[in-house]
Amino acid sequence: MLKVTGLCTDYIGEHGQPIRAANEVGFEVPPGKLFTLLGPSGCGKTTTLRSIAGLERPREGEIAVGGDVVYSSGRNIFIPPNQRGLGMVFQSYAIWPHMTVYENAAFPLRVGRKRLGRREIEERVMRVLQTVDLQEMAQREATKLSGGQQQRLALARALVMEPRVLLLDEPLSNLDAKLRERMRFELKRLQRELGITTVYVTHDQSEALALSHAIAVMNRGRIEQIGTPREIYERPVNQFVADFVGTTNFLDATVSGADGAAGFYRVRCELGELKALAHEALAPAEKVVLSVRPEDIYLSESRPDGDNVLQGRVDQKVFLGETADFQVLIGERRLQSRVHPSLRTRVGEPIYVRIDAEKCVALKP
Amino acid sequence: MQAAGEAAPVFAAGVPRFDPKWLIIALCVALTLYLGVVPLAFLLWQSFFTPQTAAKAAQFTFGNYVEAYGSADTWLLFGNSLKFATGAAAVSFAIGTLLAWMNERTNTPFKGFFFALSVIPLIIPGILFTVAWILLGSPKIGIINLLLQRVFDTDVVFVNVYSLTGMVWVDGLHYSPVAFLLMTAAFRAMDPALEESAIMSGASVLQVARRVTLPLAWPAVFATLLILFVRAIESFEVPALLGLPVGLQVFTSAIYQAVHRYPSQIGLAAAYAVTLLAITSVGVYLQSRISTGGSKYATMTGKGFRPRTIDLGRWRYLTTAIFLAYFLFIVVLPFMVLLWSSLQKFYSVPSMEALHRLTLDPYRTIISYPNIVRSVWNSILLAVASATTIMLVTSVICWIVVKTKLPGRWLLDNFASLPMVFPGIVLGLAIMILYLTLPVGIYGTIWIMLIAYITRFMPYGLRYNTTSMLQIHKELEESAAMSGASWVTTFWRIILPLLKPGLVAGWIYIVIVSIRELSSSILLYSPGTEVLSVVIWELWENGQYVELSALGVMFIFGLFVLVLAAQWVGRRFGIREL
Repeated sequence: MLKVTGLCTDYIGEHGQPIRAANEVGFEVPPGKLFTLLGPSGCGKTTTLRSIAGLERPREGEIAVGGDVVYSSGRNIFIPPNQRGLGMVFQSYAIWPHMTVYENAAFPLRVGRKRLGRREIEERVMRVLQTVDLQEMAQREATKLSGGQQQRLALARALVMEPRVLLLDEPLSNLDAKLRERMRFELKRLQRELGITTVYVTHDQSEALALSHAIAVMNRGRIEQIGTPREIYERPVNQFVADFVGTTNFLDATVSGADGAAGFYRVRCELGELKALAHEALAPAEKVVLSVRPEDIYLSESRPDGDNVLQGRVDQKVFLGETADFQVLIGERRLQSRVHPSLRTRVGEPIYVRIDAEKCVALKP
Repeated sequence: MQAAGEAAPVFAAGVPRFDPKWLIIALCVALTLYLGVVPLAFLLWQSFFTPQTAAKAAQFTFGNYVEAYGSADTWLLFGNSLKFATGAAAVSFAIGTLLAWMNERTNTPFKGFFFALSVIPLIIPGILFTVAWILLGSPKIGIINLLLQRVFDTDVVFVNVYSLTGMVWVDGLHYSPVAFLLMTAAFRAMDPALEESAIMSGASVLQVARRVTLPLAWPAVFATLLILFVRAIESFEVPALLGLPVGLQVFTSAIYQAVHRYPSQIGLAAAYAVTLLAITSVGVYLQSRISTGGSKYATMTGKGFRPRTIDLGRWRYLTTAIFLAYFLFIVVLPFMVLLWSSLQKFYSVPSMEALHRLTLDPYRTIISYPNIVRSVWNSILLAVASATTIMLVTSVICWIVVKTKLPGRWLLDNFASLPMVFPGIVLGLAIMILYLTLPVGIYGTIWIMLIAYITRFMPYGLRYNTTSMLQIHKELEESAAMSGASWVTTFWRIILPLLKPGLVAGWIYIVIVSIRELSSSILLYSPGTEVLSVVIWELWENGQYVELSALGVMFIFGLFVLVLAAQWVGRRFGIREL
């Protein structure tokens, strides 16, 4: 439905020099899927989204929506944003304060190139307001809405013209934590029900994991990895992705040799010999970085069976309610582990550590 | 939002369409450049030519400058202008700062009430204020002199407004509210903790004011003084009415005389005007430098703090008395003297005898005065037309400056603000010269005055619009584009409605200042295109004081109603400043 190829954008820096914001960005979003651009601020995700919207003019590349090319540097095509037929929800919601809820939602139908009758407009606006559960508020001043309601109105306004692609620019970042979690579910339900192709921009990895069919992790204008939420989380291709998505423990290591089944290697690190999984072939003596998620480090007071068992001592622990975070000291090295709160080993006492070989991912640095 | 000069977009359907956006933008930019730059260029050009007569065509010459700067009179003129402007600025500043300090930092009773009253003097047009002070302080007919002479039984002239001191006093007093408002803002922007810590260190009230408050307010003080100075040197009514009768000339009145001499010496007037323009340009430039580079002294901390006020003790009766005296001098006395004289058949000093001769005749006369209806109509028409045009055109200009990344947009901003340096009479002269030369046939029509008004007040419109435009989040506009709206639709249905507070406030302000405008109109009107202030001027020249007073009373009353209406509208649209 949406295809972006070789997208490069520049912006003019403080001293007039061009600065690259997005570099050779390319991806494809199949119809009905929710695709997320995830990355820290300044990684180029918003620029990419705005280029798709047409609010920014890229320097190079091609963007096609449903087969229609809306931008192409090679063929000198640039369709202005108001003729691309895309819906967009802005970070600030951009609800027009001088209009009512109804007028806000009806605006796209009133100004579009296609002239619609009064009755049809009313019918479509009320339908979309019902979808986001704002039908009761139609005649209310838009400024009288709460944050969550404004967010839903912005969504309704983006959906009312039945766009081919919906663009969401950090739509949840202005909500408080509780509401954000609820809207996350609501957004997911709506997207899945309406089956609308969506591009979602966020810097919040848990939002990305919760909502997406596919995620592109971006850094410094480039896409580092594209994959399903599970692939991104469990098989990061590099240190940046592993670090940015979730928390992780990094260990420097050297490859000793292959170990049994395909993809497994024996590596030597400061904790000792470990068995690790790699997604690309490694040669003996190669330097790698091991990434181990805290929830993949199992703690027990008695010695467990299996590979990668180490002995350490509890250095610090934090009780978080549904989980507990333990800092375990092995030699000089501190490892973070997330365990069930029923583990009540005291600080200073010895503890056994086991790392699942499959979850001990070896990355090329 | 894309830069100009990019290739025209090609649409999916392959049909390139013309976007009216560029037409509107181009028209507004062209108008701004034309209005801001062309008169100035013509003025400069004209100052190098001899007067054109039937017998001889204009010739290139440095003669105007030689004549202007070769004579000792000019240096006298220069000296007078500087003395007058400095004096008036100092008077305004001293009064305004004292009042602002009393109002913001002391516990003077009823100060909220006085704050509300403080803006009223700005409503009274300069020419009426000056005339009122002539009736109060002239050596022969001035009420103050006559009363004091009666009380002390002497012939001594106590006050004489027909002098440099008189000019400085009247002009300084009239514009003291400007100083009051500017210094109030400065006091409000100051963190009271800085003063409080001085008090905690054991300093007295006066020591705090001298050692902490004033040094901190220094950039604001300097900027205020510059504004007042530039305004005073542009002042026309006071020097013309008070200075000319006793041969005391400043640049503005000299320009007027040079034009009205026969044969009129436009080249000489232009040479004076260029000098005046140079002085005001330096002033405006310095002032903009201060306001942009004042971060070192930035005393603004959060918002919404209310400074602790100083307890004046028994001295607060003195400060109340000062407030009362001020209000007496600036509103009550001038208005009462106009009211009194408007009820007389012939002008006479208040007395029991005169009280018995009260009449409404002047009002009857003025209502049937030949040009009165047309001049009222002209004034209203010009005010509404110029305010509407300015606000709409500057909204587009301001959008370009604030919202786009178009190269050279700062230049546009500067050109639109250029008329700020034009004293009214210089602008009138420049426009007069321009349309005497250009054969477009608007000289002598009301259009030339409309052009003058639009040019003169354009910077105000730009400033009001900019304040509002900066508050419009760019996503509000982008979301309209994403909804499929064209630029024109977005501008009309999103930007303009959101700009409304600034648009309405600016519109009202321009209507008020246009209705009072005299110094440009005086050079541009012709029979049939008189405006109210010109009629007042004519009445003064004819010596019809009582009719002038009647018209003045009605004029002030009308402006007062207008301001009340404006404040009501302001509250509705949530405008704070007016």
